[in-house]
Amino acid sequence: MSLTAISPTMALDVLADLSTWFPRQDSQVAPESVYTFALASSIKLLVVFTLYMLGVAMLTLAERKVSAWIQDRRGPNRTGPFGLLQPVADGLKNLMKEEVRPADADKWLFIIAPMLAFIPAMLTWAVLPLASPLPTPWGLISMSVASLPVGYLFMLAISSLGVYGMVLAGWSSNNKYALLGSLRSSAQMISYEIALGMSTIPVLLLAGNVSLNAIVEQQAHMGWNVLSLTIAWFIFLVAAFAETNRLPFDLPEAEAELVAGYHTEYSGMKFSLFFIAEYANMATMSGLMSALFFGGWDIPFTRWDNEGEFTVVKTLATLATFAAKTGVFLFLFMWVRWTLPRFRYDQLMTLGWGIMLPLALGYILVIAAASLALDALGVPRGVPFSLSLLVLNIAIGAVLLWWGDRGKLLSPASARLGQVELARRRARSAAPSSMAMGAPTARTIAVAEATQDQSEPALVGAGTVSDEVTN
Amino acid sequence: MTPFYRFQFYLFALMAIGAALLFVTRKSPVSAALWLVNVMFALSGLYVMLDAPFVAAVQVLVYAGAIMVVFVFVVMLLNLGRPDQLPDLREAGARIAAGVVGLALFANLLAVRRESLPGVELAPATDNVVTPVAESLFTEYLLAFELTSILLLVAIVGAVVLAKKRAGA
Repeated sequence: MSLTAISPTMALDVLADLSTWFPRQDSQVAPESVYTFALASSIKLLVVFTLYMLGVAMLTLAERKVSAWIQDRRGPNRTGPFGLLQPVADGLKNLMKEEVRPADADKWLFIIAPMLAFIPAMLTWAVLPLASPLPTPWGLISMSVASLPVGYLFMLAISSLGVYGMVLAGWSSNNKYALLGSLRSSAQMISYEIALGMSTIPVLLLAGNVSLNAIVEQQAHMGWNVLSLTIAWFIFLVAAFAETNRLPFDLPEAEAELVAGYHTEYSGMKFSLFFIAEYANMATMSGLMSALFFGGWDIPFTRWDNEGEFTVVKTLATLATFAAKTGVFLFLFMWVRWTLPRFRYDQLMTLGWGIMLPLALGYILVIAAASLALDALGVPRGVPFSLSLLVLNIAIGAVLLWWGDRGKLLSPASARLGQVELARRRARSAAPSSMAMGAPTARTIAVAEATQDQSEPALVGAGTVSDEVTN
Repeated sequence: MTPFYRFQFYLFALMAIGAALLFVTRKSPVSAALWLVNVMFALSGLYVMLDAPFVAAVQVLVYAGAIMVVFVFVVMLLNLGRPDQLPDLREAGARIAAGVVGLALFANLLAVRRESLPGVELAPATDNVVTPVAESLFTEYLLAFELTSILLLVAIVGAVVLAKKRAGA
């Protein structure tokens, strides 16, 4: 038998098989066939993974471009048009580099630590709803790789595993700087994980569910959570910076003190994996922030995307909306990195345990009480409900910023001192700064202030520095 | 049980048993802790197969994500010397005691039959996995829940008191 004779009938057979495996059905209902579900999931897996890796590579370039823009430079612009091929060049360079393993390092832990840092960051994207469901002739395909009923808990569980990578990297390299970095990172991540988790409890209280789809739907119905739960969003934002080890919380790799922190001994592609993991974590936190507080894929000021039949156009539009929201937060991460100085370690711990955790816990009580009160008053769960919460948030925010924060974080530290004491200190600090040639750097003043001010080890923020400079 | 389900069950069960054996036979406490994390993941997989995704997620969140991280953190601080020079904590007495307890548990497992266990009704399938857990936790088992919370609180306060005492002395 020749091959040409048999192929058409075989092709027909295969096609017949395919139509029984992947039956056509109503495009507005989830597919009933297990095979359709499995194939759709595999395709989503491949597409999301590819786009994600590409996105993370582009983020490294974006970070350098943003930093260049902030510092009035051009940034990488030699490799490819506008430097777009720079990540490829970096990747190739890292692959070619020699991999060094310290003689006394724990071999297996040293090898798996970079993987443990990277995999959780990537895994969390599996449950994020990226757009409204896509209608196909084979059924309605949900636009998250796996829309779990416990999506939010899955995300929290997996992202809490990222700390293993850093801890083991520092411990297994048998290097004191690496160990110090990993100790800092584990203490920091454990501390801020609690504030992070607690800040999202109000979101779950409003949604009444832990599925991310339900949370997005609730926001489309009631208005975005950033309006009704502003304080929770702010706590989440600060904790997200700490969880991703980004400035102003990048103490685990504080290069001025610890060489490079937990990845001091790493080289080549293993080092690169930690770098990728950092950007992957940033992308995950940005995506999570969009989903929990900024309505996920919901397009603002219209109900067009939430009502009626699902269409392909709606899927594309909502996908673009979600990408835009995530992009804004990614830019915020970079903007803050090139703007703010690093916290001191005791400041970090005071902020985490002394301010953010009590604030988050108190806020849960306030929101729970307010929800009960509004329900008792008969306010319908909708826009009026959110507006009442917004008013409450503005009140709490005003109290926190103008009364609770007196002389702590945002206002200048001088707000805590009396007028006489302030005048005395200004006179004292005016003398050395006029003797120094030119404007003293912020760092020397901060150090001088810290040594002068031993009696007040509380948070001496940037406010003190600017205050001293202007006077 | 479909063949697919059966395959998954034995996969996770073997993973759990294998990782547990490696956990008790490792000399380095950090490796042992990591194998225990592996056991937690395998158990979590089994919970998903029992249609209990909430328990599965919380299993990973609490045990792998919180308790074991703190455990590794402490082990790292205690284990700063060269690992091969450290004394093995697993003395002969501890090994015998662990063996006896293990055998007792195994005998228990053999004695227990499915028929002798109290039957539990299947919960109706819902979209919201939290409500059924919350309902039974805060109505039927409220007293046990509150007592457990107080126990944990006492433990935390005790830890803080101990830490303060050492710093002051």
